[in-house]
Amino acid sequence: MKSFGQVFARRDWGETRNRIASQRTRDVERALASSRRSDTLDMGAFLALISPAAEPFLGEIVNESRARTRRRFGNVIQLYAPLYLSNECRNICTYCGFSADVRRPRLTLDEAGLTKEVDALASEGFAHLLLVSGEAPREVGIDYFLRCIPVVRQRMSQLSMEVQPLSEEEYVRLGDAGVSAVLVYQESYDEAGYARFHPKGKKADFAYRLDTADRLGRAEIKKIGLGALLGLSDWRTDAFMLASHLDYLRTTYWRTHYSVSFPRLRPAEGGFAPPARVSDKALVQMIAAFRLFDASVDLVLSTREPASLRDRLIPIGVTTMSAGSKTEPGGYASPGSDALQQFEISDDRPPPEIASVLRRAGLNPVWKDWDAVFDA
Amino acid sequence: MSVMRPLTIGGRTFRSRLFVGTGKFASHDAMSRAVAASEAEVVTVALKRVRVSADGEVDSLLRALELPGVAVVPNTSGVRDAREAVLAAQLSREALETNWVKLEIHPDVRHLLPDPVETLRATEILARLGFVVLPYCSADPILCKRLEDVGAAAVMPLAAPIGSNRGLETRSMLELIVAQSGVPVVIDAGLGAPSHAAAAMELGADAVLVNTAIAVAGDSEAMAAAFAEAVRSGRRAYEAGLGGVGVTGVATSPTDGLVAGLEE
Repeated sequence: MKSFGQVFARRDWGETRNRIASQRTRDVERALASSRRSDTLDMGAFLALISPAAEPFLGEIVNESRARTRRRFGNVIQLYAPLYLSNECRNICTYCGFSADVRRPRLTLDEAGLTKEVDALASEGFAHLLLVSGEAPREVGIDYFLRCIPVVRQRMSQLSMEVQPLSEEEYVRLGDAGVSAVLVYQESYDEAGYARFHPKGKKADFAYRLDTADRLGRAEIKKIGLGALLGLSDWRTDAFMLASHLDYLRTTYWRTHYSVSFPRLRPAEGGFAPPARVSDKALVQMIAAFRLFDASVDLVLSTREPASLRDRLIPIGVTTMSAGSKTEPGGYASPGSDALQQFEISDDRPPPEIASVLRRAGLNPVWKDWDAVFDA
Repeated sequence: MSVMRPLTIGGRTFRSRLFVGTGKFASHDAMSRAVAASEAEVVTVALKRVRVSADGEVDSLLRALELPGVAVVPNTSGVRDAREAVLAAQLSREALETNWVKLEIHPDVRHLLPDPVETLRATEILARLGFVVLPYCSADPILCKRLEDVGAAAVMPLAAPIGSNRGLETRSMLELIVAQSGVPVVIDAGLGAPSHAAAAMELGADAVLVNTAIAVAGDSEAMAAAFAEAVRSGRRAYEAGLGGVGVTGVATSPTDGLVAGLEE
């Protein structure tokens, strides 16, 4: 069976890293010229745009990204909220607040608790929720998800999920139940680094995670979310591998929508210090390069980033944002239980404030951009 | 000055030949002002953006389009096949109380190109269910005839991919479509400047639909007015009868009279 794993096997982390480092000004100029001619770039051009050689051209790359985003998506930004179902987790991930080795209270929402969360978010205007959980298949597995989905769908027109990798058959069941998008970040495409950060649990299986998007594609889930956790390894090489993943998927599953997220590591319980620094400027370069690489991909920015930076990132290429997020189960209906949260959010402005910030930037906040009828 | 011929689709008559899409405006207010300036009588709205509430409360997007003489036509943007399109059309008929539907089935998410097979299938089903179907389609003359055969009220072939602002890239195919269509031809997608819209009208299109070029303009209200003028002037030129096109110079005082009456 065809899978990204086969493409990935032909790519070498170290060699890719060297190629990025050895890009020259003329490679970047060629990539920019090619981006002006076409709405999509090849991998070689993307490699040039994320290289250090592209840094002097950042203004030009950002301008192109901004114009292309507006032309394709219009003057609008989609808003959604994450809803944490559970902070139970059997994995050890050295950077995560839900990691099994972190001693903390654990909670999984029951139907009543979930209803309260959904009601609280609906009253704030949200029509699109992202259900999030740790990986604890016994308590929080497919049967639990299938019980949760109808509760959410009653009041929401769009439902996305960010949970542990599942089987193709399980994804078919989620799709049938009304899940339109599934996000599974590879965290890092640096296989050696991945092993260090994920020493225990099912998540330690790099290859299974890498082929998750293929299982989603075959299960005909309508939208697949990709991402790399910035800060674990060299961001440029991870960006290249991520783009390569997107490139493979958009050709193989051409009817599927894609999103790319840019989660940067935040302080979490356990005091993990990100080993690879990713500057604000690097984040900008990566977002803009992805927009030039693919005019139609949805680029997502979460509340991990501070308000001042988010405001600056909004116009340059981002198309979807979370607002007023809580990263602990039950956090919307009963705020204040910080002991349960995955990481501290940085932009804690409430949704109406985010909406006014967008309006002031000349962007129309869109709460609903999907209809349950598409999932019927 | 002669009055331009009105446009009739699905039993309704329109003076304006500019349709406006509403997807990309910076605010509802900017959208309302642009629609008013465009003088459009048909605006399309994505069903996926409309909140349908059980208590009859009107969605703010629709409220912003409650303008005199403006018909709101829902589109099915977001569906991937005929089955989903039919469901979406039925829902929009209930929610928006209209049997008009702009059929959009573009499963290719990168270029938003319409799926001809699913579009034909959905048009046939929806027409049988009593909808006034306006299918967005490829600039394929045969497909347009097939859509007409199964009951499309108009056809909406693309000038270029949605949002590309590239103008009449499919011109030669559009000319064939216009020449042989038995239903109105509304050229949709890719018209990036008023001159493109004027050229589409000169070519004989019955109307054009514009969204991106207006919504994303620096001043969308002014751009909407510019498109309105271009569409009017293109149509007027078409009705007036444009001259033929040649590669050599042609004298403005014809010499035909000089040869008439000569011995054969």
